[in-house]
Amino acid sequence: MTDVALPALADEVAGPAISPARRALRRLVRRRGAMFGLAVILLFAALAIFAPLLAMQDPTAQSWTAVRKAPSALHLFGTDDVGRDIFARIIFGARASLLAGLISVAIALAIGVPLGLVAGYVGGFLDSVISRMTDAMLAIPFLILAVALAAFLGPSLRNAMIAIGVTTTPIFVRLTRGQVMAVKTEDYVEAARAVGNPPWRVVLVHILPNILPPLLVQASLSIAAAIIAEAALSFLGLGQQPPAPSWGSMLNAAQRFLVSAPWMAIWPGVAIFLTVLSFNLLGDGLRDAFDPRER
Amino acid sequence: MLSFLTRRLLQLVPTLFFVSLIIFSLQQLLPGDPALVMAGEERDPEVIEQIRKQYRLDQPLPVQYVYWVKGVVSGDLGESMRIKVKVLDLVTEKFPVTLQLAMMAMLIALSIGITAGVLAAVLKDSIWDYAANVFALWGRSTPTFWLGIMMIFLFSVELGWLPASGYVRAADDFWGSMASTIMPAFVLGNVGAAVLMRHTRGAMLDALNSDYVRTARAKGLFERTVVLKHAMRNALTPVITLGALELGELLSGAVLTEQIFSIPGFGKLIVDSVFNRDYAVVQGVVLVTATVYIMLNLLADVAYVLVNPRLRS
Repeated sequence: MTDVALPALADEVAGPAISPARRALRRLVRRRGAMFGLAVILLFAALAIFAPLLAMQDPTAQSWTAVRKAPSALHLFGTDDVGRDIFARIIFGARASLLAGLISVAIALAIGVPLGLVAGYVGGFLDSVISRMTDAMLAIPFLILAVALAAFLGPSLRNAMIAIGVTTTPIFVRLTRGQVMAVKTEDYVEAARAVGNPPWRVVLVHILPNILPPLLVQASLSIAAAIIAEAALSFLGLGQQPPAPSWGSMLNAAQRFLVSAPWMAIWPGVAIFLTVLSFNLLGDGLRDAFDPRER
Repeated sequence: MLSFLTRRLLQLVPTLFFVSLIIFSLQQLLPGDPALVMAGEERDPEVIEQIRKQYRLDQPLPVQYVYWVKGVVSGDLGESMRIKVKVLDLVTEKFPVTLQLAMMAMLIALSIGITAGVLAAVLKDSIWDYAANVFALWGRSTPTFWLGIMMIFLFSVELGWLPASGYVRAADDFWGSMASTIMPAFVLGNVGAAVLMRHTRGAMLDALNSDYVRTARAKGLFERTVVLKHAMRNALTPVITLGALELGELLSGAVLTEQIFSIPGFGKLIVDSVFNRDYAVVQGVVLVTATVYIMLNLLADVAYVLVNPRLRS
């Protein structure tokens, strides 16, 4: 994946003065992997938004005359153990997965970034408390903490998103804190302080925009992890509750019919894989675009 | 070294305090009266009263917390509501199973991850490098539970080579034990292999571009010696410590793997307890995994300093 490095360098030298963000965007667009990821994400987003128009069948309608039917023209991906159309369930399942990915990372950003900004900029005792708290949360393996949280909160998609969001938070606290510490001593921050900006303004107007790139990269990778986590919790029965469709719970049901209806296990897995792969590709692409050292 | 160790151990105190606080707070999340919820379907007033007493629910929160920590420190993690067994006994019974699984997974992750990482770095931009990167991306993006199901489909349902589920203890039947754990171990190790491969590749590339490797090459050493003795030795140090941390991740991944393959370890214990509303067991498992993970972290740090003379002072 080095095809981009040289041309990108060339237009940095020759081109007129353009903003770093523009330059990063140009590099991103040239990365085939990232663009493929973006295309798949948009496709799934469209599926989720227009699900009722595209699904053709009710994802929760059971039919005892169509139990575990192999894929056919009528049921593109076949039917499940109670005769529901798997194609429709995959399309509606995109809603749960994307929602879970976006909302849990939004929760993590909303809590993690402010805490990281405070810890990194203010320092001192507050920093110690926030950092030790972060260490403690990172000391509990991700999925174990998410399972425990989801268990105590009670199983539902909403609680799964909260559990994943909270569990993802320490990553953003640590990342933000580290980035703030790194830019805090830069001249432009010193200058902003010297001209008399209040601390909140220095942090929000001068520091935050400059540390956005790594946060954006991490957000994309965290969405990928959150989608897997939601599928995992739903697979365990702690996420989306039946009969509402979710890729994870579809796999759970599929496990019992591997011999008679293997297609039940294939499509939800492919859907999770493609979505997660896409967010990973986008995240990797963003990282390379913002930080174009040769890898 | 001694001062480093003391400092590092002192750092553990606040971390452990917050971990205990998090785990204790979990029960505050239960909706409604915790005693009622914990009692489950059993609405026997006596049982509810017993739970109230056991958790001191009639006392203020800080008091409850102090009693809970006191219990934990003395090895009393409470009792399973469902099967009336001490949580500590349950945990010690299940732990070896998960440990065996995690060790096998680690072995798989290390051998695949390091080999692929070194190859990818040495043969940078070749088809091998490309293949290794695709493998890493695939490993990061495949949900373990799906991979597990697909492997059961292929190796158990279609080919009939391996048992689809269940667990045989190594002490009872070694080969049977291997057969029952090889698929879950591979599924579990797969993600770790991807992570280790990426790090090994990165560390190897840095090492291969370093001055000491250039010097070694300039001396006229064989490329093989340069790669194996000079570059790899330096590149693998951080990777090995990363491996220790991956082991913690494996404990976490075991939750799903054990569920799919019906392996009676730690992960299955926590999931079963969740559905039995056996909250004391859930807390116990979280506590023990966190402790193991913290210890692994500590060991990794110590090992890192030990092999890095520069950091020792």
